[in-house]
Order: sequence, then structure tokens, then C-alpha cells
Amino acid sequence: MLEVTGLDAGYGDGRVLFGVDLAVGAGEVVTLLGRNGMGKTTTLSSVMGIVRAQAGTIRLDGAPIQHLPPYRIARLGLGLVPEGRQIFPNLSVHENLVATASGAGRWTIDSVLGLFPALRERLASLGGLLSGGEQQMLAIGRALMTNPRLLLLDEATEGLAPRIRAEIWRVLASLKESGQAILVVDKNIAPLLRLADRHYILERGRTVWSGSSAELAAAPDLQQRYLGV
Amino acid sequence: MDPGLRRDDNGVAAGRAIAMIYVIEQVLNGAQFGVMLFLMAAGLTLIFGIMNVINLAHGSLYMVGAYVAAAVFGATGSFLIGLAAALAAAIVVGIALEVTLFRTLYARDHLDQVLATFGLILFFNEIVRILFGATALYMRVPDFLNGRVEILPGAPYPTYRLAIIAVGLAVALLLYLLIARTRIGMLIRAGASNRVMLGALGVNVTLLYTAVFALGAALAALAGVMAGPIFTVESGMGESVLISAFVVIVIGGIGSIRGAFVAALLVGIVDATGRAYLRPLLALFTSRAAADSAGPALASMLIYILMAAVLFVRPQGLFPPRGR
Ligand SMILES: Nc1ncnc2c1ncn2[C@@H]1O[C@H](COP(=O)(O)OP(=O)(O)O)[C@@H](O)[C@H]1O
Ligand SMILES: [Mg+2]
Repeated sequence: MLEVTGLDAGYGDGRVLFGVDLAVGAGEVVTLLGRNGMGKTTTLSSVMGIVRAQAGTIRLDGAPIQHLPPYRIARLGLGLVPEGRQIFPNLSVHENLVATASGAGRWTIDSVLGLFPALRERLASLGGLLSGGEQQMLAIGRALMTNPRLLLLDEATEGLAPRIRAEIWRVLASLKESGQAILVVDKNIAPLLRLADRHYILERGRTVWSGSSAELAAAPDLQQRYLGV
Repeated sequence: MDPGLRRDDNGVAAGRAIAMIYVIEQVLNGAQFGVMLFLMAAGLTLIFGIMNVINLAHGSLYMVGAYVAAAVFGATGSFLIGLAAALAAAIVVGIALEVTLFRTLYARDHLDQVLATFGLILFFNEIVRILFGATALYMRVPDFLNGRVEILPGAPYPTYRLAIIAVGLAVALLLYLLIARTRIGMLIRAGASNRVMLGALGVNVTLLYTAVFALGAALAALAGVMAGPIFTVESGMGESVLISAFVVIVIGGIGSIRGAFVAALLVGIVDATGRAYLRPLLALFTSRAAADSAGPALASMLIYILMAAVLFVRPQGLFPPRGR
């Protein structure tokens, strides 16, 4: 479905990515791992068209998308849950969910609230007044409401209480169960080994390793060297 | 009972009634100026609050509205056709400005925006002189709004001015519903807080901005059309109202439509009552001559004094946008 090859990107004159390769197939859960500052967020931003690719190709179902503006890329079926949640603080929870929803698909306000019952009581609250965990759920719900074919999650469990983390992992597992393709960036290796099919490791803007969960689990040296585990 | 005393009583009561009617008239004049300011300020505050652009040329769109309405009304004899033409012209000019100029200004700093849009003011004032001549255009009150309505027994008030207040209030309500209740309104508010994220969720923010700009242009033109029969339709007419509109958005809280509404009525009423009462009020304390010279000067400063006072108590204005 998504295929990134030889991606170079950066900010202004500073290059951050030097040939990133990754691919996500239909229904697959794939992770992008690496320590802080290695280019994971930049990779997701490039895929979304927020940061321009300077070289390489980004294809969706075989068609290059790296020249499209972000809104066209989103409409092709990519749903971003960004680093830092970035919900709209001045909109209510309900408005956050429906403002950018796309009509057609399985995700409606009811199915999203079924996934995150905690949001139901807070529908009328301003997004900015939610707790961190609630904001994270809202960010995921908001992306689902666009009925994406591929969900991109950037540090979706960062800074959350263990109980909330567990809930988010449970939700991601149920999404996977339903056939949702997901590209995850996260620092928690253990739950990812259970959830994901394949992994990519980024080191200073390059893809330095890729393999299955079994392979990653069997390589503690790899985890130590690139992930600081 | 002493008949003389009674007659005197009646005289005082009649005097009170006249004074009361005068107050009501001044408040209505203020409300009428206020709703026109609101139409201007609503566009300004949307454009400034959402796109972060200072648009000094907003007054030019007001002028375009007044000129097109005056010319088309004069040529066709129909006020409504003139109004429609004015709105259409302002929307076309607004879209053209947004696409050719403002898009490149969003990311620039405010000084660049002020310089560029000040240039636009000069451009529009000159274009209008070339197209319509240096003399002011005359625009009459449309027949169906000509005349007076008795707001109280013995207190007639111009129908046209009442119509301005009614239209202004109706537009304010529609605008409120648009921003607070519709999907477009949600997107406008969302874009104000995080434009990049809005784009990443599938919204064409460029198009949204163009639409907001066109809406602001149409509101300014509507104010210009309304002003046509009351003020003179002439080159440069937009500048004084623009300054008052900036005072309104600063008092109301930048980006807040509700704030613009409350502040516009406040500024309109303070301005109108100040002009009516400041001189007689000063005459109570100083000489007649001093009151005659200081009264009007102070009255024209009153809205700036009001702005300073509001900012002193609430530096972000009356209704700072929430959650940003
Ligand atoms: N907006 C930005 N402007 C300039 N440099 C940035 C920006 N965002 C990230 N960087 C730099 O790009 C590199 C990669 O950052 P990022 O993609 O956020 O890494 P990660 O998500 O893996 O922690 C870092 O060196 C960071 O300092
Ligand atoms: Mg990151």
C-alpha cells in the first residue's frame, strides 16, 4: 500500500533524512523505531506532505504522492495521529471528531465513542480542557473519523499513565484485528513486539535494519545499539 | 390645587420626555454606526485572527461596495440590484486580492503586511478617482426605505437607519450561526489554532482562507453600501471607518466575532452619545467657549480613551479567543 524508497528530506537547508526505505502492506502493522532525533517524525511528516521530500519516492498503491499537498494525501486515505496530539483546543470534543470527518466508511461518531467510551461524557468539553490521555484518544478518534486506509501514529503513548497506555495498546490491537493498516512510531518495544508484524529501525535519517517481530525479539544487541533498550 | 403649579409640572414632564427621546435617538444612531462597524470589524478580525494578516485595505473593499452600489443604483434605479452588484464586485476583488497578494503575505511579518496593504489603499483610492472622477458620488436612500417610523409616539426616526440596524443584527446572528454551528465554522476555528494539522486531516486550507477572505470582503462591502446614503461616497472614505474598526477588534479581542459585536455596539454608542452630550456636559463645569472647543475634540477621542481603558483592565480585549 505505502512504499517509501530513498527518501531524503529536511528543514530549510538542514537535511534530516538520508535515504529512508519502508513499506506497509494492506492490513499490516509496521513500526518505525529509533532513538530521539533520528528522523521518525520527519519521515511521517514527509509521507503526509507536510515536509517536502527532497529526493526519493513515496508511493501509495503504486502512484507517487510526494508532490501532493497534505490535504490531497490525507484524502487518499492516510490518517495522521501526530506527535503531541495536536487536537484543536478551541473546538469541543464532538467538533474535533466531526469537523474533518469523511462521510463514507465504518467510522462514525458512535463507533469511535464505542472504541473510547471515556470521550462520551466529554463530548461538549473543549479539547484543550481534556487530560493528556483523553486528548490522545481524541487524536486517534479524529484520525479514524477520516476513515483512513492507513493510520499513522507518532508517539501515541508518550507521557501517559500505564493504565491509559494499556488502553491504547488494546485499541490498536482491536484495530489490527479489524484489518486496519497502521504505521506506529513508539518507544515501548515490548507491546510493539506483540502488536506489529514488521519493524524498521532509523539511525540518523537512514533505515539501518528491518525485520519481523521474531527477528527483533531475538536480537537484543540490535535493540541495545539502536534503541538504547 | 394651584393651576400654575400644575402647568409647570406638565412642562417638566414634557421636557423629560423630549430628553428621553433624544437619548433614545442617540443610542439608535450609535447602534446604527455600531452595526456598520461590526460588519467591517467582523471581516478584519477573521482575517487577522485566522490568517494572521493585518489588512489595511479592508476599508478599500468598503469603498468598492459603496461605489459599485452608488453607480449601479444610479444606473438601474434599483437599490437591490446595486446591493447585489456591490457584494459580487467585492467578492471578486477580494478573491483576486487573496490569490494574488495575500497568500504571499501570510508568512511575512506584520510590517510587510502593513506596507503592502497600505500600498493597496493608495491604489484603490486612485483607481476610484480614475473610474468615477474626483467628486463624490451621490447615493440616495432607496424609496422603499425612505421616510420615518415612530419609534415612540411623537418620536420619528429614519426608516433607513432602522433598516441598517436590523440588517446588521441579522447578519451578526447569521455570522454567529455560521461560525458556531456549521462545519465551515468549525474548520475556520480549527484553522485558527492549527492550520498544518487541519491540512493533514484532509482540509484544503488554501481554499478555506480564500473563502474567509471573500466573506470578509462581502461584509465590508455591505457596510459600504449601507453607508452610501448616509456618508459621502468618495475616494478615501474607507480609512476613517477602518481605524474605528481596528479599535473595535482590539477592544473585542482579536479573532473573536462575539467580541467584535459587543465592542462595535459599545464603540458606536459611546461615539454617538459622546458627540451629543459631551459639549453640554462640559458646559456645566467650564465656560461655554471652552466647552464648545473641547467638547467635539474630546468626543472624537472618546473611542480611543475607551480602548485604552478596556486594555488597561483586559489587555487581551473583552473576549480573548479561548483555548489558544
Ligand atoms: N521543525 C524542525 N526544524 C528544524 N529541525 C527539525 C525540526 N523538527 C525536527 N528537526 C530536527 O530533525 C531531526 C529529526 O527529528 P525528528 O524527525 O523529530 O526525530 P524523531 O521523531 O525520531 O525524534 C532532529 O535533529 C531534529 O532536531
Ligand atoms: Mg518524533
